[in-house]
Amino acid sequence: MTTNTVSVPRTGTDAEPDAGRAGFGWLLRSEWTKFRTVRGWVIGMIVAAILTVFLGLFIAAGNNTACGSPGGRQLTGKACLPYIPHGPGGEVVTDSFNFAHQPLTGNGTITARLISLTGAHADITGGHAAQVGSGLVPGLAAWSKAGIIIKQNLHQGSAYAAMMATGSNGVRMQYNYTGDTAGLPGKVSGASPRWLRLTRSGDTITGYDSADGTHWTKVGTVTLSGLPSTVQVGLFATSPTYYVTNRSFGGNSNQGGPSQATGVFDDVTVSGTPAGGKWAEVAVGGGGPMGTGPGGQAGSPSGGGPSGFTAADGTYRLTGSGDIAPATPGPGSNLPTATLQQSLTGAFIGLIAIVVVAAMFFTAEYRRGLIRTTLAATPRRGQVLAAKAIVAGGVAFLVGLVASTVAIVIGDHLETENGVVVLPVPVLTEIRVVVGTAAMLAVAAVFAVALGAVLRRSAAAITIAIVTVVLPFLLAALNVFPSGVGDWLLRLTPAAGLAIEQSIPNYPQVASAINPVQAYYPLSPYAGFAVLCAWAAAALALAVYVLRRRDA
Amino acid sequence: MTAMVRASRRGRAASRPAPPVRGTGMLDALHAEWTKLRTISGPAWLLLGVVALTIGVGVAAVGATHCPAGTQCPVDPTKLSLTGIQFGQAVAAILAVLTICNEYSTGMIRVTLAAMPRRELVLAAKAILVAGLVLVAAALAVLGSVLAGHLILPAHGFTAARGFHVSLSYGPSVRAAVGSVLYLSLIALLSLGIAAMVRDSAVSVGAVLGLLYIFPIILAFVTNTTWQHRLERWTPTNAGLTIEDTTGLHSLAISPWDGLGVLAIWAAAALLAGGLALRLRDA
Repeated sequence: MTTNTVSVPRTGTDAEPDAGRAGFGWLLRSEWTKFRTVRGWVIGMIVAAILTVFLGLFIAAGNNTACGSPGGRQLTGKACLPYIPHGPGGEVVTDSFNFAHQPLTGNGTITARLISLTGAHADITGGHAAQVGSGLVPGLAAWSKAGIIIKQNLHQGSAYAAMMATGSNGVRMQYNYTGDTAGLPGKVSGASPRWLRLTRSGDTITGYDSADGTHWTKVGTVTLSGLPSTVQVGLFATSPTYYVTNRSFGGNSNQGGPSQATGVFDDVTVSGTPAGGKWAEVAVGGGGPMGTGPGGQAGSPSGGGPSGFTAADGTYRLTGSGDIAPATPGPGSNLPTATLQQSLTGAFIGLIAIVVVAAMFFTAEYRRGLIRTTLAATPRRGQVLAAKAIVAGGVAFLVGLVASTVAIVIGDHLETENGVVVLPVPVLTEIRVVVGTAAMLAVAAVFAVALGAVLRRSAAAITIAIVTVVLPFLLAALNVFPSGVGDWLLRLTPAAGLAIEQSIPNYPQVASAINPVQAYYPLSPYAGFAVLCAWAAAALALAVYVLRRRDA
Repeated sequence: MTAMVRASRRGRAASRPAPPVRGTGMLDALHAEWTKLRTISGPAWLLLGVVALTIGVGVAAVGATHCPAGTQCPVDPTKLSLTGIQFGQAVAAILAVLTICNEYSTGMIRVTLAAMPRRELVLAAKAILVAGLVLVAAALAVLGSVLAGHLILPAHGFTAARGFHVSLSYGPSVRAAVGSVLYLSLIALLSLGIAAMVRDSAVSVGAVLGLLYIFPIILAFVTNTTWQHRLERWTPTNAGLTIEDTTGLHSLAISPWDGLGVLAIWAAAALLAGGLALRLRDA
């Protein structure tokens, strides 16, 4: 090979500058010079940024809310939104349930025996043809719930802790919308009732459950900071949208409709002050039983409609519809919600442009024969690859950072103006989404550089990079595969890295379709990103190996 | 350069009146392009890739899908069997792109155009050959995929008794199969036209794959129904792949053959633009 004959005389004649030249910094500079002086690559990166922003804004701008009564004034945008409750943690929540309550001042305990949990939901068994609202059939949603609750006040979004039985998730202790702890498993029936107990002591609330009323098990303890001295305690029942995740192949089709749950309690005791309180019924957030409203819609919970609460001979029957849970994107939500991530859809098209440029950054050297000069100047081939990966990854990161910041800032503004609830997330999560998108693009660029070094052909390298990152997402998003297979595609392929964009957690206590379009991924953000990094690292290792073994 | 070649040929024709059009007719163009494709191993491997990848993914898709008794399965069994087309089309696109771009990267294009000054003829010959080769490969790939669906799906609960059909004796399945073969050929022609415009293999492949995969992603995110409808009707993959649908036809935004027609318009437009670019630009 020519590398030795070139480098050896140089060391001999001019040792001083050579020491500097052999350094990695010099190598980086030379690769950066190569990158910035090819006009097509610079244009490609600028195009990547522009397309990313443009596509994100196109999708954000098209996301509109319109409303209005038939024949009446049509409204669009923010004017359509109802009051949006926020939970103690700042997240948007759904808080509508039927509440039989009485005040409790200071410390105290509520105990109840739940002897039945039944319900009804919209008839959606007829497949595609069935329309929501065509009638109710008996049955429970997985997270239909009834039980006892201690709540800060009667306002939506106020702090609470509750013990409940659920449709098919056993007894749970839930608090402040996002907290969820499992208790006794199994379904409630007359033969197998559930005893539930909540104890308040200062700001601390402890939940217990029992199958017999004598042997109690502590389920959890929570601290609701700032709880006033008088709180509302009582029975509640509610039931979220019942929907069947029909993994429709080749299209999204989530069949769903409203549902309601009825809990029957006896042996209800409240100990504390004031003693002997009277029960009052309130449909918090319109969470009463479903009525047939003026439009004949079974969907609209009746605010001032029929009562869902009866009390006779110490037996209490309470019916409600709604949910006490964090609001989530997707069909489970009753609000027009969007996630941060939706403004970043353009990252896919940016990714394609970046992958093209990054792969060419290496393959062009082979095509022009420049690789021989490069390797003659830097005989350590691994360093050449590292320098190219750093330059391509660095440029992709900066381009991605600028594009995703602009897309999120303008996109969220557009969506908010259009009457879409962009689900708020903590600042750190927002930073993770924006910086993570840039990092995801950077790692994809490194992956493409490495593939270019291994394959030497841009067409093959680019196709592999695009098909392995974009196509698994597309197939999972379109439900082309059954759900399990789609999830594994998003766990194992480089597309797993897209999980870094997920801003709303997969709350287990909310039935949502795990669909990447709603920004749900089967892996946690950093685990998914690690999978992408592992692919890039493997491609880099293979590239170093073949670069060393092969003649250039 | 073409002027020079034309001049010399005129000179030769004057001295030797023997076959003056030898080497410039369509058949000669086809023969030349066929020789170029036949004598390198790349195209054969890529065609094999189309077949293997399409059937492989199709088998994986039907193998992973079950419909237990007593459950609703809103599955289009024919479309499911043809899932591999989503992957196969990427390989068909590479084949088409390289047919043109390799000539530019090696400088071969100058020799080709010197020998064949009628440039649209060169593109036409390439189009016919690429479409024909992809047609053959796609026929094998689609046959294999449908056969896999026919053999595997009934054992997984998708029986004819429950209304699931995937076989070559079922009308809609035949239409989907024939249409999918044409679909892959049209994707190859679309890619060829784009490659003739772009000339660089990397940028062409990026542009083609972007065109194929971005619109379905946009469609998944767009909530505006007007735009959903437009995207379903007018983009190459969304419209073209309706040819695979055998269930729920009444809810399609565009009928299967019309959808394939939309893809044909895209391919024709790309070829036209590629032909114009080839004719108007220096090689």
